[in-house]
Amino acid sequence: MKRIGVFICHCGINIAGTVDIEKLTSQIKEYPNVVHVENYKYMCSSPGQQLINQQIMDKNLDAVVVAACSPSLHENTFRTSVQRVEMNPYNCEIANIREQCSWVHDDKQIATDKAAKIIKSMVEKTVLDEPLMPITVPVNRKALVIGGGVAGMQAALNIANNGYEVILVERESSIGGHMAMLSETFPTLDCSQCILTPKMVEVDQHPNITLITYSEVVEVSGFVGNFKVKIKQKAKYVDWEKCNGCGDCITECPINTPSEFEQQLGERHAIYRPFPQAVPNKVIVDMDECIQCMVCQVFCPTDAIDFNQKDSIVEQEVGAIVLATGYQLYSLKNLPEYGGGEIEDVIDGLAFERLLSASGPTQGVVKRPSDGKIPQDVVFIQCAGSRDPENHMPYCSRICCMYTAKHAMLYKHRVHQGRAYIFYMDIRSGGKDYEEFVQRVMEEERVVYLRGKVSRLYEEDGKVVVCGTDTLTRRNVEIKADLVVTATPIRPIEDIDQLSKLFKISINQNGFLTEAHPKLRPVESLTSGIYLAGCAQAPRDIPDTVAQASGAASMVCALFSSDQLYHDPIIAGVDEDLCSGCGICVGVCPYSARTLNREKGIVEVNEVLCEACGACSAACPSGAAQQRNFTDIQLKNMVKAILG
Amino acid sequence: MYEPKIVAFFCKWCTSAGADLAGTSRLKYPPNVVGIRVMCSSRIDPEHIMAAFRNGADGVFIGGCHPGDCHYQTGNYQTLKRITLLKQMIEDLGINPQRLRLEWISAAEGQRFSEIIKEFTQQVKNLGQLKSEPLQ
Repeated sequence: MKRIGVFICHCGINIAGTVDIEKLTSQIKEYPNVVHVENYKYMCSSPGQQLINQQIMDKNLDAVVVAACSPSLHENTFRTSVQRVEMNPYNCEIANIREQCSWVHDDKQIATDKAAKIIKSMVEKTVLDEPLMPITVPVNRKALVIGGGVAGMQAALNIANNGYEVILVERESSIGGHMAMLSETFPTLDCSQCILTPKMVEVDQHPNITLITYSEVVEVSGFVGNFKVKIKQKAKYVDWEKCNGCGDCITECPINTPSEFEQQLGERHAIYRPFPQAVPNKVIVDMDECIQCMVCQVFCPTDAIDFNQKDSIVEQEVGAIVLATGYQLYSLKNLPEYGGGEIEDVIDGLAFERLLSASGPTQGVVKRPSDGKIPQDVVFIQCAGSRDPENHMPYCSRICCMYTAKHAMLYKHRVHQGRAYIFYMDIRSGGKDYEEFVQRVMEEERVVYLRGKVSRLYEEDGKVVVCGTDTLTRRNVEIKADLVVTATPIRPIEDIDQLSKLFKISINQNGFLTEAHPKLRPVESLTSGIYLAGCAQAPRDIPDTVAQASGAASMVCALFSSDQLYHDPIIAGVDEDLCSGCGICVGVCPYSARTLNREKGIVEVNEVLCEACGACSAACPSGAAQQRNFTDIQLKNMVKAILG
Repeated sequence: MYEPKIVAFFCKWCTSAGADLAGTSRLKYPPNVVGIRVMCSSRIDPEHIMAAFRNGADGVFIGGCHPGDCHYQTGNYQTLKRITLLKQMIEDLGINPQRLRLEWISAAEGQRFSEIIKEFTQQVKNLGQLKSEPLQ
């Protein structure tokens, strides 16, 4: 028989005010398995804890039930305390007679009776509680960062600077992401390339970072501390070991095709690097465009061109993963009211960034795409698809108010006599020095802000006629613009669904990766060991992205700070003698912790993946999947104790 | 006077925390409901509910996280499926399905917790003591 001690706390008058402690004490004394009952004014105080420990030793107790406040407050306190006298912490249970009893009832008799039921049910649980040891898992102290934009780079550098190895996987041939496309950044107008390229080089040269570009993760297995990933390296048709980035091949290539990096406003060759400052500074061949004339091969001084190259798979083992897969802009094709991408002089924000960029297709001279004229009237449309739940995206893309203000300012700096108009719904400039920046644009740059939406636009005589409403003056406005720049929504990457399935990370209704808790665990995913950074989680600006990436990196470093992970052992196992191998539990497990071993005809559990919900225990028809310390017998005995 | 006996199962993350909040806010409710805290509502096997009815419970209450908020991603959906089916089965066994109630109560809903408990207690009281009723 298990020897159980029950310790009833008065909690001053919080419990003792409505519960008759003496009567309760004598009632519980009679209950089977209870060998000692004692009450004390404040059980959680130091003398209270000592009292429990003294009785554990004196009365040779196997387990204790502390009848006190909610276990969410002091379960940990008491479980830690009893360990000092060598009691297994899982043999210490809390009966909640304050929040769920004394505080919600007035009648002393009633509250005392209910407290007795609560304590008795916890005694029944404790009788069958097993002593448990935390499950330990070794940690592979190597991180995988997916996405080489500013978020991924920041996370990789932070982890690497802490002394851990990092593998950075990027699907394009160069790191840099969207930030590399930007001209200048709000609110300080730093040149984006100037602040980003040193970081790109640092990533490339860091001894702890292995950069794998033009690659994608195709398979993930394992669990926190012990992930196995397969990375597909796409064929580049250039041996990067030999390529020295001289670019002779690029100059000689006869094929011209629109450049993705330049948002189709400029051209690249079939053999190319996305932009001159690319890191690594290597070229790739676009096989869809290449005519295999072999001119590049002739001109390559290092004999690096290799048309026989194939996709290859590399396997890596890592302990933690940071997802920083970034964003794409909602295509103008989805916005028929704004020309549906058919009007050449209606462009999106990223395209305008390229027109403003000194290294862009126009060397920073603002020229409109249709005829290369310098536009004299430019209309900017904010919320072009954002905050429009009926037709497009319901959310705010967060950065558009700021970059549109910046666009208007930079345009006015380039074209002094030009006129800039901004249609907006509200101005959201919450950020350090953001509001001041917008005010400067409104007042000093004399940009016309019109509060209202653009209903439609159309081409007429080489102009784009923009029809909108200024709700502040209650007048309809028609502007014959030379160029229209739309602030289209930030969207997750195209294949976010596959990514979410691959990593078993949920996505929200808009496709952004879901964090473990929106406020308190913003950089963790619900899958232990996988962290989130940047716009893959939600639209955000560069400072927030960098801060979040550093946050994710520090979570990784915290994980790597010990050799072992400790996992709560109240998991659901498998009784191999009872398991019939039906596999029902496999389907209900949200963590893929259970797998059916067809050879043995039983289910096997990966204890580390089990988060102890108990869904499988309830689903198991043969009682083989018992959750430790929440077994069927325990729960039934608790029910019986309550019903008396 | 007849006082019903009601066994409740609360998930640790939402409903039990909601019950704690009701306590912290000193919101009174009838004492008939005595709760058992489990990690997730999906741990509740229909067998546990039947055990409660067999041992004299007049009502059984299950509280879980709101849909989409389950700490274990999909646990509450499993619970919903099981309870929906079980309600049909207990009706066949002669137990009024109104004696079994599943509610989503978040950690922030102390007020709602106390109101639902009041309402459910009254409901079970109105149904009277559980006796096995012959098939109709």
